[in-house]
Amino acid sequence: MYELTNVDKKFPGVHALKSVNFKIGRGEIVGLVGENGAGKSTLMKVIYGAYQADGGDITIDGTKVRFQNPRQAMDHGIGMVFQEQSLITNLTVMENIFLGFEQQFVSYGVINWKAMADAARKQLAKVKLDIDPGMITSKLSFAQRQLVELAKVLTLEERIDGDLVILLDEPTSVLAKEEVELLFSLVRELTNRASFIFVSHRMDEVLDLSDRIYVMKDGEVVDVVAQSDAKVDAIQHKMVGRDVDKEYYREQKQKAYQAEAKPLVSLKNVSVNGSYSDISLDLHPGEVLCLVGTEGSGREAILRTIFGLETPSEGSVVLKGDAISKFTAQSGVSRGVGYIPRERKVEGIVAGMNVYENMTLSQMGNYARSGVLRIGEEKTLARQWIDRLAIKTPDVYKDCGGLSGGNQQKVVLAKWRSAGSDIILLDHPTRGLDIGAKEDVYDMVREMSNDGVGIILVADTLEEAIGLSHTIIVLKDGVAQKRFDCSPGDKPSLYDLVHHMI
Amino acid sequence: MSNVLTRDVLIKWAPLIVLLILVLSFTVMEPRFFSLRNFARIGISSTPALMVAIGVTFIIIMGSIDLSMEGTVSVCAVAFAFAFIWLGGTLASWAWLALPLALLVGAAIGLVNGLVHVILKIPSFMASLAMGFVGTGFALLLTGGDRIRVEDDLFRALLTERWFGFPIMCYVALLFLLIAWFIQSRTTLGRNFYAVGGGEELAHASGLNVNRVRIMGFALAGVFYAVGALLAVGRIGIAETATGSNFMFVSITSVVVGGTALWGGIGGVWNTLIGVLIVNVINNGMVVIGLPGYVQDGVLGVLVIAAVVLSTDRKSVTFVK
Repeated sequence: MYELTNVDKKFPGVHALKSVNFKIGRGEIVGLVGENGAGKSTLMKVIYGAYQADGGDITIDGTKVRFQNPRQAMDHGIGMVFQEQSLITNLTVMENIFLGFEQQFVSYGVINWKAMADAARKQLAKVKLDIDPGMITSKLSFAQRQLVELAKVLTLEERIDGDLVILLDEPTSVLAKEEVELLFSLVRELTNRASFIFVSHRMDEVLDLSDRIYVMKDGEVVDVVAQSDAKVDAIQHKMVGRDVDKEYYREQKQKAYQAEAKPLVSLKNVSVNGSYSDISLDLHPGEVLCLVGTEGSGREAILRTIFGLETPSEGSVVLKGDAISKFTAQSGVSRGVGYIPRERKVEGIVAGMNVYENMTLSQMGNYARSGVLRIGEEKTLARQWIDRLAIKTPDVYKDCGGLSGGNQQKVVLAKWRSAGSDIILLDHPTRGLDIGAKEDVYDMVREMSNDGVGIILVADTLEEAIGLSHTIIVLKDGVAQKRFDCSPGDKPSLYDLVHHMI
Repeated sequence: MSNVLTRDVLIKWAPLIVLLILVLSFTVMEPRFFSLRNFARIGISSTPALMVAIGVTFIIIMGSIDLSMEGTVSVCAVAFAFAFIWLGGTLASWAWLALPLALLVGAAIGLVNGLVHVILKIPSFMASLAMGFVGTGFALLLTGGDRIRVEDDLFRALLTERWFGFPIMCYVALLFLLIAWFIQSRTTLGRNFYAVGGGEELAHASGLNVNRVRIMGFALAGVFYAVGALLAVGRIGIAETATGSNFMFVSITSVVVGGTALWGGIGGVWNTLIGVLIVNVINNGMVVIGLPGYVQDGVLGVLVIAAVVLSTDRKSVTFVK
């Protein structure tokens, strides 16, 4: 009944959806799988109206529709249960359920709370949640909030004629095993009220719940399998299957790291509550160590711990022989740790400050005597690094906010390298960069590691991780699954990794 | 040449253009406006406000706000006057020590301000507003509501002695403006103000001690408030609780009208100089052409809104609280 035909979506520089065909029948549960960046979230956004398709048709029961915004999609029975929970936690459960649709309970400008509570109770009964609708949402557990969100979407049933399609985006990521079971049985029961589109990183769950599974890769639907024919292996191969170009990742420049030398970073049985547990790793000079896992597997939290932004609840962190007791950014920086976070705009550069000011931000002490800056030396340094990394900027006075993503990345890298950092933490260094800029980053990674810098990398794609790293540690739900040795010519395959990830 | 007159360039120079237009139009309406005597008058009324506004400029660049200036100015003025008279009552004696003492008092109040804000994690506007009230109350306690006269001729020379038509206090203010400029552009502290205002998370992730920068900023602002207090006492020869009155509105208006962004990271002390001059030219010009005081306040209020509207890129701001 709900159908996408040849839907296309382009963003500047990215062809996010390539002629996608997608269909869901009444009461069906459809799974949607793919790697990060395969186009799943774009497809979902098109379905629930957050994005408008550039080409192709969307039809409901054969009638062509076009949604300008999610509200219009809702009016056609399409609801979304968000991965990041979208409830407003300081409101009550019933207020959340009817947020934006309170008018039905209003008479003479006053809300009839009793009527709203009764209606909310009816919705909560659909998801078998027995709580007081007047409760403040922040008091609920995550599993209960997930169900409230589902109840909120199910209010569509009363509001509109026709069938419901409900999107579940990673609904199980914060749930415990038995809660997942409960949710699944509930979803199966609700198929008499609605159809579901289910997105998850956990392959076993998708296979378990879905009637049919769409496999996406690089913006295309590469396969549609029925539950009875679905094999985890086959789907995983389809998700990642493509050739890896060794040249591209500068594999020929990969040299053996100094495994005998004293480790730069050493983690022993380190845990951070709620993020990861019992992680041990050593980073040697010249080593590129890649942390691989799905979103939320604890990769970023490990980087933040090493830099000093998170304090571990257990275990010891040793940087260059010093055991760290007080975790602050200063403790990391003073021991030569440089952190290059994912969101350059937010955490990488200070927009409004110029190139040399950004480069010396972490090392102003080296360019100042009694607090007075030696700006001439700062500019000289900036010019050297602009040449060395081929940063494209008219001059050192240019506001960094006006540089392109790749050049911002280089400024951030220059900031840490020029300060003498020899432990570099890279979080998605190539995200959002075009091919040429990516290759520059790969060159820089190789150059740094040949200089004896230890690098911990969270890569944007699996190929990148395999191509660049000496060592890979695969994480799943905050626990290390397997360690791979990746010397050139003897690298693990994508499939080896995916196998341990999901 | 469309790329010469971009929005950025316009915003950068808009305050100066506004100032020139104001001067021009007042001159046309009343030629007496354009005279050395009148400019000296504008200078005298501007100097204390300029010092206070420079102090709060640093705070606003950090993305915080400081509303304690009225209390701080009162306490510094009163403390200075008491110490000055107690130590001899003339600059030719040990009483000159009262000058650095006043600066120390200002720094101390600013320090407490910063500590309350950072350690107790109270929003800066609330912490400083509360400290301002404490200051005003404390000044009243010290004076018991009396006015303290400072009649030393040497000290009053700040106002009475003139070089090239302008009293010495204008040159003192100029000196401190240059010091502020030096701090802003040539010291790590000044750079840190911009880093904290432009991206606090990033400043933190680059290993800056953001809390320390904040506390230092408030202490520095306190010193400039104290300079403002000294010039205010020098101007009228009286220190009292009311010495600090009206500085909050004038200084923050000046900073904003001068083009320093309220969310931090953009602007500087030269902007503030222009802002202070705009405010004082309007005040002076309206008196010269004979408009009543309440019109001046109204015009200034409109000007503040216009300045913020001009400097805000509304496309990037989704919610305003």
